[in-house]
Amino acid sequence: MSFFDTLARLEQYPYEQLWKEFREDDVKRALGKGKLNENDLLALLSPAATPLLEEMAQAAQRLTRAHFGYSMQLFTPMYLADFCVNHCTYCSFSSIYDFPRKKLSLEEVRREAEKIAATGLRHILILTGESRRENPVSYIKDCVDVLREFFSSVSIEINPLSTAEYKELLQAGVDGLTLYQEVYHQETYKKLHVKGPKRNYRNRLDAPERGCQAGFRSVNIGTLLGMYDWRQEAFQSAMHARYLQDRYPDCEISLSPPRFRPYLGEFNPECDVTDRSLVQIILAYRLFLPRSGITLSTREPASLRDHLIHLGITKMSAGVTTEVGGHTNAGGTPQFEISDSRSVQEITEMLYTKGLQPIFKDWDILTESVT
Amino acid sequence: MHDPLHIGGIELTSRLFIGTGKYSRNTLIPEVIASSGSQVITVALRRVDPQGGAENIMNHIPGHMTLLPNTSGARTAEEAVRIARLARAAGLGNWVKIEVINDQKYLLPDNLETIRATEILAAEGFVVLPYMSPDLSAALRLRDAGAAAVMPLGAPIGTNRGLRTKELVRILIEEVNLPIIVDAGIGKPSEAAEAMEMGAAAVLLNTAIATARNPLVMAEAFREAISAGRKAYLAGLGPVEEVAFASSPLTGFLN
Repeated sequence: MSFFDTLARLEQYPYEQLWKEFREDDVKRALGKGKLNENDLLALLSPAATPLLEEMAQAAQRLTRAHFGYSMQLFTPMYLADFCVNHCTYCSFSSIYDFPRKKLSLEEVRREAEKIAATGLRHILILTGESRRENPVSYIKDCVDVLREFFSSVSIEINPLSTAEYKELLQAGVDGLTLYQEVYHQETYKKLHVKGPKRNYRNRLDAPERGCQAGFRSVNIGTLLGMYDWRQEAFQSAMHARYLQDRYPDCEISLSPPRFRPYLGEFNPECDVTDRSLVQIILAYRLFLPRSGITLSTREPASLRDHLIHLGITKMSAGVTTEVGGHTNAGGTPQFEISDSRSVQEITEMLYTKGLQPIFKDWDILTESVT
Repeated sequence: MHDPLHIGGIELTSRLFIGTGKYSRNTLIPEVIASSGSQVITVALRRVDPQGGAENIMNHIPGHMTLLPNTSGARTAEEAVRIARLARAAGLGNWVKIEVINDQKYLLPDNLETIRATEILAAEGFVVLPYMSPDLSAALRLRDAGAAAVMPLGAPIGTNRGLRTKELVRILIEEVNLPIIVDAGIGKPSEAAEAMEMGAAAVLLNTAIATARNPLVMAEAFREAISAGRKAYLAGLGPVEEVAFASSPLTGFLN
């Protein structure tokens, strides 16, 4: 049993017809309930919910404040390497692009860590392209060893690994896993992932569950919005989150709603995801999964981020660069263009102005055993 | 009325314990402490960052407070033990609130792991205050393991749903010969007063104050409610009757 089996059932739904069938009453009924079911989630994502966004926002904010208060966890990504063997049509790191590839030495990792830690951040997310030759698990472990000196929590966003490999990284001090399915619609997935191991849909889909089984404290999943019908994608990613949450109650499951951003290539996604649609997705996520973290990246512009922080978001990236070594040595190739380039200090000030408290440290990695 | 609460060799005159999470800014904490009159404050060790400068929560807690570091984030007894030891090593004292939570949806505590952690830490000289689901057998085991008090939940953390576990907490108050501190779920001053009227030794609150529109006034309201509830308990509540009894008995003339 894996989410793949659940997905086989969800894929049979006549979505086009479903979206038309929901009425405002269905949305209102969902808003009045405690625990929401699959049908409620569909209602919240349907066109019938669009006129009720304000009601949804009020409910989502109440839930967020009750469970998370006025705090906002901050983190930043650190790109370790941009070598990649995949050809994905929407990513600058795709193997078809010819640019000088880079991989940080451990000394460079240390310099980046020092620079980031000086901003006060204690949570870091490390990223690589997919190349088992250039970025083997042993390299990630060596980097984590350096990063542990500076950060209380280290998460990874790298290619899918086996449960045993995830356990190795857990032992090395990694406590969180981020892995986006990119697109849940299988046919579109095959179309977008032209070449390389990432074409293996099932291997990627099952990886978050392997992370839960390995024992990561937090697992963050999501779909890259814009690649296929956003309603269906948001529905399936939220169902994936609940699947994991139900089976691995000791793991914090979070969702991210990243939207497609310009990159090195020319690909343009088929589906437009407006700000309004993004808000509907975030609100539906919050109402369906009241205690789950929702992460908002710098893919979104500053002005929009400033509004979204009140609607269910609990984690934000700050002081972001998507280049390898970009914190100390700009000039590389970014994975994609960010929209909000504000520093950690600027994001901190903004949060305080908006009545929210930035949280720089929310966990200490505990790997030593008790004797 | 001098009615102190003794825990771990410390005499407390306030029976309101408060938390440090969910505030819009840490600078509110000293003001909330002043309004609430609280003398005990719980702080998640996972959020303590000695290098955090102005963002370090410890810089906002006045020196007269008794610190109650909690093991928030622990999934096992071993993790809770390690967090407690780190807290003591970091100079946060020897009080510890054991929180072992495996359920990330409702944040309900794992009583079995909590008992294990309490056994280890009490033996090491910690003043252990375990957060628990109100279960009599578990509470008695916590007492036997050396807990200084027992902290049953009123409702799941952060819900402000009130004293939903009232009947079970009442049994703990009657049967466990330790201070019973109602922790989590209390959303209104009236609910805190109700817990105190039942005989709870104290109430621990965070969300109800931190997420109120005016946290300072809400802290003051809880201070007064807890004091009123305690006085009512000490005064001895009148009996509750199914039918009305006249204050002037109808048969008084017979005496």
